[in-house]
Amino acid sequence: MNRHLISSADLTRHDVESILTTAESMHDVQRREVKKVPTLRGRTVINFFFEDSTRTRSSFEIAGKWMSADTINLSAKGSSASKGESLRDTALTVDAMAVDALVIRHNASGAARQVSEWVRCSVINAGDGTHEHPTQALLDAYTLRSRMGDLDGKHVAIVGDLTHSRVFRSNIITLHTLGAHVTVVAPPTLMPAGVREWSESDGFATSWDLDAVVDGDAPVDAMMMLRVQRERMTGGYFPTPREYTVGYGLTGERLARLVARNPDVLVMHPGPMNRGLEIAAEVADAPQSVVLDQVSAGVAVRMAVLYHLLAGETAESVEPVTQGAQA
Amino acid sequence: MSGLLITGARVLGRDAADLLIEDGRIVEVGRIAPSPGVVVIDADGLVALPGLVDLHTHLREPGREDAETIASGSGAAAAGGFTAIFAMANTDPVTDTAEAAERVRDLGRTCGLVDVVPVGAVTMGLRGERLAELGLMARSRAGVRVFSDDGRCVADGRIMRRALEYIKPFGGVVSQHAQDPRLADSSACCHEGEISGRLGLPGWPGVAEEAIVARDVMLARYTGSRVHVAHVSTAGTVEVIRWAKARGIAVTAEVTPHHLALTTDLLVGYDPVYKVNPPLRPQEDVEALRDALVDGTIDAVATDHAPHARHDKDHTFVDAAFGMLGLETALPVVSDLLVRTDRLGWADVARIMSANPARIGGLPGQGRPLVAGEPANLTLVDPDRPVTVDAAASRSRSRNNPWHGRTFTGAVHTTIHRGRVTHRIDSTAHATEAEYAQ
Repeated sequence: MNRHLISSADLTRHDVESILTTAESMHDVQRREVKKVPTLRGRTVINFFFEDSTRTRSSFEIAGKWMSADTINLSAKGSSASKGESLRDTALTVDAMAVDALVIRHNASGAARQVSEWVRCSVINAGDGTHEHPTQALLDAYTLRSRMGDLDGKHVAIVGDLTHSRVFRSNIITLHTLGAHVTVVAPPTLMPAGVREWSESDGFATSWDLDAVVDGDAPVDAMMMLRVQRERMTGGYFPTPREYTVGYGLTGERLARLVARNPDVLVMHPGPMNRGLEIAAEVADAPQSVVLDQVSAGVAVRMAVLYHLLAGETAESVEPVTQGAQA
Repeated sequence: MSGLLITGARVLGRDAADLLIEDGRIVEVGRIAPSPGVVVIDADGLVALPGLVDLHTHLREPGREDAETIASGSGAAAAGGFTAIFAMANTDPVTDTAEAAERVRDLGRTCGLVDVVPVGAVTMGLRGERLAELGLMARSRAGVRVFSDDGRCVADGRIMRRALEYIKPFGGVVSQHAQDPRLADSSACCHEGEISGRLGLPGWPGVAEEAIVARDVMLARYTGSRVHVAHVSTAGTVEVIRWAKARGIAVTAEVTPHHLALTTDLLVGYDPVYKVNPPLRPQEDVEALRDALVDGTIDAVATDHAPHARHDKDHTFVDAAFGMLGLETALPVVSDLLVRTDRLGWADVARIMSANPARIGGLPGQGRPLVAGEPANLTLVDPDRPVTVDAAASRSRSRNNPWHGRTFTGAVHTTIHRGRVTHRIDSTAHATEAEYAQ
């Protein structure tokens, strides 16, 4: 595996499977009374968040702490970045403190890649603008695998604001890596530029019609609903929230049709949800919903990522870690 | 007797001839025996072109002298074989008055390496709201003929119409940065297409340029005035210009070396050195631009030389400044791309990099044939010499050079401006004080 995790494309199928297998062991740690393993004792992980985040930052922080790393959270508001320091200077400053890993969230696409070219430590992309969010894709894959096993040949639909979604961009890669079939659904205004050529070369399907996908020939195994920011309306991407929900929301009625086709269908959402807009409240709380499983998987998967990047071992050697914790 | 004798140069790539230069003019072309006191430049194997003219340079003075000055930009221009450059108006303060234009022109004169010709803003402060003092700039000793809000589009159709009408009495031209600001996100930073979709970067669609060019050629037809399309970047724009020219509309167009050679695929590493406005486009557009330059739909190559201080480029891609250097590499790129591939001859290069830009910009003493009686503005090119670009070796103050490390065949050997040598390749090895003193 690479020294960094910048894009989901950095991970081979073997890498993804190793991380997910490790994450299962980490999930066991999470269920214990004493949730601490000594794996990263003496290592320092900086969580550098230039953009507000609750779940991603806290899960990286918890992941580092449970692995005994020294974790430090920096946010742009409290850093030199708000004083006009360039990203490069900020990154070099942190790197000069001889940290082991830099977990970075930034509102600019490509920021994590640029930082990885400037520093010696490992860089983990915790979301860069509208580009990628590889650990989200890993935790989504973990959630799916824990419910349905192997993803080969499974059909996943990703629905919503694809243009502005880093979750979509990472998921499309990781799901493809694991052999799933993906259909992405959005109104034309929220489809990324060049999606036709992109989908052809990367092997996923696109649709403007959610009902055609719900009722289509290939039953859906998982519906991944993306957050639609209300401010997109001002950009003229769609006329009203009501119209969006009618066209592209996962309503109770649509869920019933999905369940009729496939009783094991799962509903996912990376959060935070706009209940009533892209997902109906009763759907978010339905038995098919695995939204909280996704959150729970977030910590285990991020522990596994830190483990693979910093401990530099393969999944087979994960056993001593948990034994060490018991000792 | 003083003078400069160039021996054995292939004029426009054709037969070898000697050129005698005295008092800033070419006085004789043919077989000339050196007379005592004349400095001889052995141009055996070199191609002689009229001095290159750049319709589109950013010099950053006044306002951002840390990125470029009129002196450093003039030096880069001379090194690139240029004898005249048009200095864009988007400085701080903006060149929107006669005084500002005269100052740029005078500073250029003081440096004396190239003719620095100020471009006047179309609107006050480039704000797109009301016309700058176009007539006063034209009447000033700067004699402004080219007007542009470059960096920004004159988006308001009413303002564009009035500008085109108003400049007719003094033969002006509006150089339009064609880009409808309403057809893209305000943070747009690259070509909108598959690459921008994958990278999650907000882009400009080609139609943002094409729609403005379509409007402007119709305005040119309606007003009977001249419009020049700066840095054409898409195949669609080429189609519109071709259509307009076929109907006799007074439209001219330029293309940059980078839009002729570099594509949007370079953005995958998010390196801001490739961030430029208009953005690098896909290969289909690049091919269409080359074809349009060869068939004459596009009249000129212009550099859009846009120096930036390192601290304005060392940012995330969306936050970094737009622009790349171009003066020193324009001729090597054109030579390598179009002459070495036999798509253009050296006479064509003289047309697209000297005669046409001089004519479009209204410069009487530039872009002239290399015959007796003409001003001695000329460039000697070594057509077979490879050049490996080293960003650190630039005479520009800035280092945002997208060509760093690339090798081109075709080097600017010597530049002569108004009879005076302003650049010699390997100058430390060969140039003498006598040559520079001419």
